Amino acid sequence: MEKLSNSLLNMTVVLTATAIVTGGLLAFVNDVTKEPIAEVNKQATTDGIVKVMGGNPNIKTDADTIENNGNTFVVYNVTDDKGNALGNAVESSTMGFGGELKVLTGFDAEGNILGYTILGHAETPGLGAKATDWFQKGGKGDIIGKNPAKNNLMVSKDEKDGKKGEVDAITASTITSRAFLKTVNEAYEASAKSAPATDCNTQPTVAAADSVNANVEEAK
Amino acid sequence: MEYLLIFIAAIFVNNVVLSQFLGICPFLGVSKKVSTATGMGAAVTFVLTLATIVTFLIQTYILTPNDLNYLQTLTFILVIASLVQMVEIILKKVSPALYGALGVFLPLITTNCCVLGVAIGVIQKNYNLLESVVYAFSTAIGFALALIIFAAIREQLELVELPKGVKGISIVMITAGLLSLAFMGFSGVDGGLKILFGI
Amino acid sequence: MKKYIDILINGLIKENPVFVLVLGMCPTLATTSSAINGLSMGLATCFVLICSNLVISLIKNITPDKVHIPVYICIIATFVTVLQMLLAAYVPEVNASLGIFIPLIVVNCIILGRAESFASKHGPIESIFDGIGIGLGFAFALTLLGGCREFLGTGKIFDLTVFPEDFGALMFVLPPGAFITLGFLTAIVNKIRGVKN
Repeated sequence: MEKLSNSLLNMTVVLTATAIVTGGLLAFVNDVTKEPIAEVNKQATTDGIVKVMGGNPNIKTDADTIENNGNTFVVYNVTDDKGNALGNAVESSTMGFGGELKVLTGFDAEGNILGYTILGHAETPGLGAKATDWFQKGGKGDIIGKNPAKNNLMVSKDEKDGKKGEVDAITASTITSRAFLKTVNEAYEASAKSAPATDCNTQPTVAAADSVNANVEEAK
Repeated sequence: MEYLLIFIAAIFVNNVVLSQFLGICPFLGVSKKVSTATGMGAAVTFVLTLATIVTFLIQTYILTPNDLNYLQTLTFILVIASLVQMVEIILKKVSPALYGALGVFLPLITTNCCVLGVAIGVIQKNYNLLESVVYAFSTAIGFALALIIFAAIREQLELVELPKGVKGISIVMITAGLLSLAFMGFSGVDGGLKILFGI
Repeated sequence: MKKYIDILINGLIKENPVFVLVLGMCPTLATTSSAINGLSMGLATCFVLICSNLVISLIKNITPDKVHIPVYICIIATFVTVLQMLLAAYVPEVNASLGIFIPLIVVNCIILGRAESFASKHGPIESIFDGIGIGLGFAFALTLLGGCREFLGTGKIFDLTVFPEDFGALMFVLPPGAFITLGFLTAIVNKIRGVKN
């Protein structure tokens, strides 16, 4: 077969055909994968919440967006399948050493920390990135079970109101540790500000439910 | 102040070549002489800033409103490729002197992944138009800086007696590694400035 | 059959895209902080390369010369986006760890380079084999580099601990380590191939 010549007609036809075929193919694949991608993202959020709220897989969540001191937090009011309030899981972020540090922290109804998980970070691998395990139960900077209102959640080098911080910083990564504790403290404030998790059966009114749904849409 | 921070962070802290690994091909390919490195740096600065503005506008006003995000990669690369061609044609007619200086580098820029990388990056970072422009411009300056420093080192390297095995690309890589190590000294500077200025 | 095996070997060893042709350096350096990341990036590129080689060798005769580059870029960008959406839907972990370097496969010089120098001159079956050879060569190089960096930096290979992490030289996981490890690996490959400069 001869190569097509460089006539204007040929070039236009080929380019248009390419555009239509590639565009159509992409639209088709997008259509097929849209649902699974949304599903995967939703699942990731749910898994995170289950993890920081003590591991009970049968939970219901209501998302709520809270503004506090110019920062935005997503607060999930968590209830178990019987409708008992478990507490709040809060998504918060701050600037770490290398970039944004995004954390999901779980609090029980009294404000004690149930667990945390790092959703995204740009910290140095092997140093700041150790935050994933460092502050967990049994880790060197264990914060699980502490309450930001009663315990001074700062690195031990720093002090506030004459009280020394209670948490050991990650070796050679004080900035990451400070950033992490700062965002956990802020998450606590946002959690306290948010409406406490209530019984699903009695609350909320229709209008409130609508706004909650709108927030869920936004959160996606 | 925020813009100054973006500027400093993009040049030194997150240098596009030495810590983000974008634009490595021209970094290795056209860094034999300081003069060509300067030309390439200038051409990239020009195209990168322009391309980011155009792709940002396309994303904001065409792709996002029509829910066409899946066409992002395809659109951006075609826009960048045609933009480079257009710049080449216009420069040729309008300013032959500038064309003489930058002309040979322009076609190489299409496959420079730092252009596409920055165009996609500003969308992912949710920057507004002005932030995007500042980010694109400073990233390009960072690219030019790394390229020129590296070219100067390589000029000196020409005079050195080397073992057979490491000649060619191998020693170039190792040198780039040492330069990257030097730039790592800047890490955390942006965070420090942020606290200093209370942003 | 021998012809196809030759093409395959050629891509894997004689024209290894990373160590010999020195192409596609951005993803090579950026995504090889561990062996598994290197392997996923290599396989992702391999997939795009095989598909684009096949399609381009099929349409090479109906593409006028003057517009062949935009048409090729369109095809490559389409496959990259398809790959990106499939990864996001079915293997989100890989999508998260490779991040922006998936869309950047478009500007990986290996793919356009093979389209120009091989697929536009050969038949579909040879082009597929070339794609497999070069793609696997790329994946092999990335896995090797990732493995070395992971081992030196954290004492692990594919997440299996070989020696305690505290003894690792962290630098090898960080950006400078990418350049330096690749430099020394190239030197070793040069030595083995007996290149005289």
